[in-house]
Amino acid sequence: MGNREIKIALTGNPNVGKTTLFNALTGSRQHVGNWPGVTVEKKSGRVSYKGYDIEVIDLPGTYSLTAYSIDEIVARDFIIEEKPDIVIQVVDASNLERNLYLTTQLMELGSQLLIVLNMCDIAEDRGDRLYLDKMEELLATPVIKTVATQKKGICDLLDKVIEQKELEQHHGHEIGYGSEIEEKILEIEKVLSEDEGRDRRYPLRWLSIRLLEGDSNVRAKVAKSPVYENVMAIIESIDQEEYEAEIADKRYLAINTILPQMCTRANETLTKSDMVDRVLTNKYLGIPIFLALMWGAFELTFAFATPFMDMIDIAMSWISEQVSSSLRPDWLASLVGDGIIGGVGAVLVFVPNIFILFFLLSLLEGSGYLARAAFIMDKLMYKIGMHGKSFIPMLMGFGCNVPAIMAARSIEDEKDRLITILVVPFVSCGARLPIYILFAGTFFGRQAGTVIFAMYILGILIAILSAKLLRETVIKGKPAPFIMELPPYRVPTLSTSLIHMWDNGFMYIKKAGTIILVGVVIIWALASFPWGVEYGSEDSYVGILGHAVEPLLEPLGFDWKISVALIFGLVAKEIVVASLGVLYGAGDKSEALSERLMADPGITTLSSLSLMAFSLLYMPCVATVGVIRKETGSWKWTIFAVIYGIAVAWTMAFIIFQGGSLLGY
Amino acid sequence: MQDIQEITLDTLKPGEKAEITKVRVKGSARRKLFDMGMVAGAEIELVRNAPLGDPMDYRIKGYHLSIRKEEARQIFIHKV
Ligand SMILES: Nc1nc2c(ncn2[C@@H]2O[C@H](COP(=O)(O)OP(=O)(O)O)[C@@H](O)[C@H]2O)c(=O)[nH]1
Ligand SMILES: [Mg+2]
Repeated sequence: MGNREIKIALTGNPNVGKTTLFNALTGSRQHVGNWPGVTVEKKSGRVSYKGYDIEVIDLPGTYSLTAYSIDEIVARDFIIEEKPDIVIQVVDASNLERNLYLTTQLMELGSQLLIVLNMCDIAEDRGDRLYLDKMEELLATPVIKTVATQKKGICDLLDKVIEQKELEQHHGHEIGYGSEIEEKILEIEKVLSEDEGRDRRYPLRWLSIRLLEGDSNVRAKVAKSPVYENVMAIIESIDQEEYEAEIADKRYLAINTILPQMCTRANETLTKSDMVDRVLTNKYLGIPIFLALMWGAFELTFAFATPFMDMIDIAMSWISEQVSSSLRPDWLASLVGDGIIGGVGAVLVFVPNIFILFFLLSLLEGSGYLARAAFIMDKLMYKIGMHGKSFIPMLMGFGCNVPAIMAARSIEDEKDRLITILVVPFVSCGARLPIYILFAGTFFGRQAGTVIFAMYILGILIAILSAKLLRETVIKGKPAPFIMELPPYRVPTLSTSLIHMWDNGFMYIKKAGTIILVGVVIIWALASFPWGVEYGSEDSYVGILGHAVEPLLEPLGFDWKISVALIFGLVAKEIVVASLGVLYGAGDKSEALSERLMADPGITTLSSLSLMAFSLLYMPCVATVGVIRKETGSWKWTIFAVIYGIAVAWTMAFIIFQGGSLLGY
Repeated sequence: MQDIQEITLDTLKPGEKAEITKVRVKGSARRKLFDMGMVAGAEIELVRNAPLGDPMDYRIKGYHLSIRKEEARQIFIHKV
């Protein structure tokens, strides 16, 4: 006989320790995916305890359950539609008032609620006193104390979950909104109840309150109901903005009446976190410290990633050689060796980079500094039509565009997020550097450093201009309001960061892997056919394609060989260098390639500059395209990103080459 | 006598406290501000401006909330 099943959902404000608690509960038995149809991360895990098989679902962190963000909609739809046996709200014991605001709304959803008072260590160290019994009584909900970082209270919590499950009784405790609003609530409830075919999972009172608050998502839900007209008649008769304010008021009022009985807060003294903030967001020190931290993060990324990248590089070449020499027939050896292993290897090289970037991102988030970064950069970002929260994703783009685009998830507003996703590919990632090094090194001698630096600046400028342009044209409007908690600074837990790194890094390998594989095979086929040609030579399809696009790229100063290399570069931009090595018969030796490039009259100093700019800006690599598709959920925007990138690259290279020619370079 | 409705949140100086009287922000930001505790009667203190001047770091309901001046201009207060 199998174990008995319990399904629990974790909810709570952001930064209350939900993820830490989830990890403490489930350990390594986790699964990360997406909520259907949206790009909100869905984490679920299992824990076996005292003969029960408990499924834990980590809902997105929210302050409320309105339709303000997709996170909130996902959370409330899950609670109502999937009906978990128990909904656990993780509450920050050191910040009860605002946390309880969510509680008031969870109560209205009519689910079995259990409150976890996390961060009790902080509250108690500070001298707060928490009266658990009183809290249980006033909220009519069981309350458990935990310290998630120390795994304290986990067993108590699980025991309580089982106890509640066995009870199967429903707690009821609701907020009263005053006679006027209550009357309206009753009116709407009555009208709604006349619809016999209504979705009975939704509590009538909850629907009514939401409608009075002007919740567009709920309105859409009842739009098909035969009583919709009657409901709207009631809604239109009220001053909806006033009701919205009144309802929020009443919720906080209810909290404030019971709060003093549940806890006494220590006298407000300057907390450690406040003292840290005095320095980190200081008028004069804030920006220098911010820049220093970001610089440090980069140094760290490269310092840690380089040895791993070298190892992967060596391993892949070795495997590729082994395969090439042992596989028969030759075409298979070439497909696996040159194509798959070569191409996939070129992308795998960036995996260490990606893992470290995710790790650092998680440290930033867990420590509370991520919010400060947005706080510090918002003014500048706002000027270019973006949100403060877009800054960190863009910065990550310098390492690799893929995690950068994934990091844009933290941006709530759809438009803000879309713009970020569309401009990140112009930020010069690590894979483009080898191209600059080759060409700047070959053609610019002692100026090489300046030229490479200029490429980075060009990428940033194009990203900024693109953001502005998008705001004026296809994604009209201003950046969303900046309404953000600056959470207290905390010491992030290593295990949480490692799990975050692993989950996201692995997701990259899995998702991007398929796309990369397809891209690699297509390009290999183009380079190997028609049957019998030398790999990637002039007679192969890719050579023919190179010749075909040559007229288009000629005004930029590129011949067919460069065109071919750029086509290969679609897999990962640094492959441009390797394929030039093949095309120029120079193999892997960069000096040899450098000499042959110099000797080729087809490439001049000017055209090399144009080529660097083009490589920087043209179509994102296949992995990035795949991630854009996944994160926007739209082919339309993905294709837009590709075409826009090519258009910008072409224009920029054209200006450089033709302008330079006119000026006599 | 000065009408208390005249003073808006953006005029607060660092360290000054006030009580919120009315939120005139429109759209989805209105909702969000309520959810974050910016309701009439709530006590609010300006902690500091961001290094570049905007947004602002306020203390409300025992935590730190950051909003831009643009929104703060539409929130009415009276000083305490
Ligand atoms: N002192 C203390 N810190 C905690 C506790 N639980 C979580 N944290 C820390 O709070 C920060 C935010 O935690 P996280 O789990 O990411 O919060 P989430 O946003 O709710 O998922 C992290 O740095 C955690 O290490 C706790 O009980 N006590
Ligand atoms: Mg979390």
